Amino acid sequence: MNFFKAIAAAGLVAASASVFSVPVKAADVTGAGATFPFPVYSKWADAYKKETGHGVNYQSIGSGAGIKQILAKTVTFGATDAPLKADKLEKDGLAQWPMVMGAIVPVVNIEGVKPGELVLSGELLGDIYLGKVTKWDDPAIVKLNPSVKLPSASIAVVHRSDGAGTSFNFTNYLSKVNGEWKSKVGEGTAVEWPAGVGAKGNEGVSGNVGQTRNAIGYVEYAYAKQNKLTYTALINKAGKVVQPGVASFQAAAANADWASAPGYHVILTDQPGEASWPITAATFILMYREPSDKAASAEAIKFFKWAFEKGGVMAEELDYIPMPESVVKQIEKTWTSEIKS
Amino acid sequence: MAVHSSAIEQAASHDRSRAMDAFKLGDRVFYWITRISAILVLVLLGGIIMSLIVGSWPAIMEFGSSFLTTQRWAPSAEPPVLGALSPLYGTILTSIIAMSIAIPVGIGIAVFLTELCPLWARGPIGMAIELLAGIPSIIYGMWGFFILGPILADTVQPFFIDLFDGVPVLGSIFGGPPSYLSLFNASLILAIMVLPFITAISRDVFTTVPPVLKEAAYGVGCTTWEVVRHVVLPYTRVGVIGGAMLALGRALGETMAVTFIIGNSFRISPSIFAPGTTISAAIASEFAESDGLHQSSLMLLGLLLFVLTFFVLAAARLMLLRLEKKAGK
Repeated sequence: MNFFKAIAAAGLVAASASVFSVPVKAADVTGAGATFPFPVYSKWADAYKKETGHGVNYQSIGSGAGIKQILAKTVTFGATDAPLKADKLEKDGLAQWPMVMGAIVPVVNIEGVKPGELVLSGELLGDIYLGKVTKWDDPAIVKLNPSVKLPSASIAVVHRSDGAGTSFNFTNYLSKVNGEWKSKVGEGTAVEWPAGVGAKGNEGVSGNVGQTRNAIGYVEYAYAKQNKLTYTALINKAGKVVQPGVASFQAAAANADWASAPGYHVILTDQPGEASWPITAATFILMYREPSDKAASAEAIKFFKWAFEKGGVMAEELDYIPMPESVVKQIEKTWTSEIKS
Repeated sequence: MAVHSSAIEQAASHDRSRAMDAFKLGDRVFYWITRISAILVLVLLGGIIMSLIVGSWPAIMEFGSSFLTTQRWAPSAEPPVLGALSPLYGTILTSIIAMSIAIPVGIGIAVFLTELCPLWARGPIGMAIELLAGIPSIIYGMWGFFILGPILADTVQPFFIDLFDGVPVLGSIFGGPPSYLSLFNASLILAIMVLPFITAISRDVFTTVPPVLKEAAYGVGCTTWEVVRHVVLPYTRVGVIGGAMLALGRALGETMAVTFIIGNSFRISPSIFAPGTTISAAIASEFAESDGLHQSSLMLLGLLLFVLTFFVLAAARLMLLRLEKKAGK
């Protein structure tokens, strides 16, 4: 039913556009929010401008500020790493969808241990961050890694000190897989870290882990790759050991249940599927369903459509993960059904 | 003739009164420009205090005085529990350690430069000290993070940990394990950052001591140490303390360098080699992604820093006043 409605709506929109619209100067599209997708958004905007002549201006001011800006109607679209809940979207008349994905990987600095060699489980990761498992040769770690030579050294735990979407997704994952973490610490962009030191930004954490012997941290996959840090493998919900990589990240997104989540409110952690990487994260776009500046809004949608169609390679070059085909199709339907232009 | 001369006189007196009027006008304008500038500072200051109070009001209502005594900082707990004890402790502790290193060293450098240093070396050393003041704080942060931190963790901290191992109180103050990011490392960076303030101001006031006083002291057989101790320092006391206070103000509020190297942990540990946080580091870290009570609590932290700095400066003024009274001035 929805599908037909959508087609009807699309048809109406197209018809009305062709009948009533007069050629107007393309409106300037401005967006603001999350810092995590900034490199890919600005690369897309740059390529889009070259191709079409239309400018898109994105300011990376943080997810929280992005939500504030769209609520204040100072921007055409807002961007956030932590999706808004459906009732909040309803109340403010906002539409929301995931735009691009990233993944979070644990990174370690242990002499002699190579990338992807060390295997950790979510529960163990939680115990390390709780300060319960304090040595690298703890029986729990050794049990998962019988063939890896582990030192009898204290684990130096590193977390983000700034409020961050990365921390939100990481603590969300730990809350799902470690009961004690859930009850003691919980999830959030800034939480009460029970152990370790805080470093500022992904670059701070990767710098710190890279320097400190026997350290563990968590960063965006792109930072781990670009800084050649020793990432670990993880055991996923299906109980399989998975390595981080585009295939395992996309598997997590494809296996997620987007269809029954209003406003695409899916946190991509601990998703089912044998190949799924357990800590992936989408970053989201927020727009008004009934925008006051319809021309700018339509222009923004054009840009997003273009990004889904042609931006995938650019995203992968920057170590982001494009949304899977099936999800993109669904999002395009959402645009026609939800956003009036 | 008489008519002519009186015309001149008239004209002259007319010109004079016009000129006087012009002066008066200029004076008035000058008076008001300076007065408005001075008032503007007060208005700005009042505006900042007001906006801090308004911004932090929800947190004041929610936590009240327990904000000052709570060590927990759990913004995402339900309901959030936020307390200032840990950043307050970090701010005060790092400033105390930094000042106790920087004041003697800074004054020492200034004494060396003005009293003992060969003339040809004064310029280069003085210039180097002033250059230290010109380095942006983010550079200190990065230097501390990549170079000083590892050096301290590999050599200095293990030395102290071994030295005081087993000693009752000192053993826990200098307790392990060594860390790249700690209160101690941040204090040391702060000491280096405020050093030029103390040195430059002390040197400048030392050069104001009338040579005749020093010559007289040397004349009755004083050593250089005695001259510095009994002539130079008493004469310049007010200026030196002023420099130290300026430095303390910077140490209390320094943000970027500290955020890089302090470890940003809200747990209070007896060891100075443990990570900690300061008020300004906490605000810089968390403000961008905060909202609601969390943001309001960060504003309240800002207000606390404001009050803290105010009291420190007021205490310094009082101390200066008492010193002057004692000196009988």
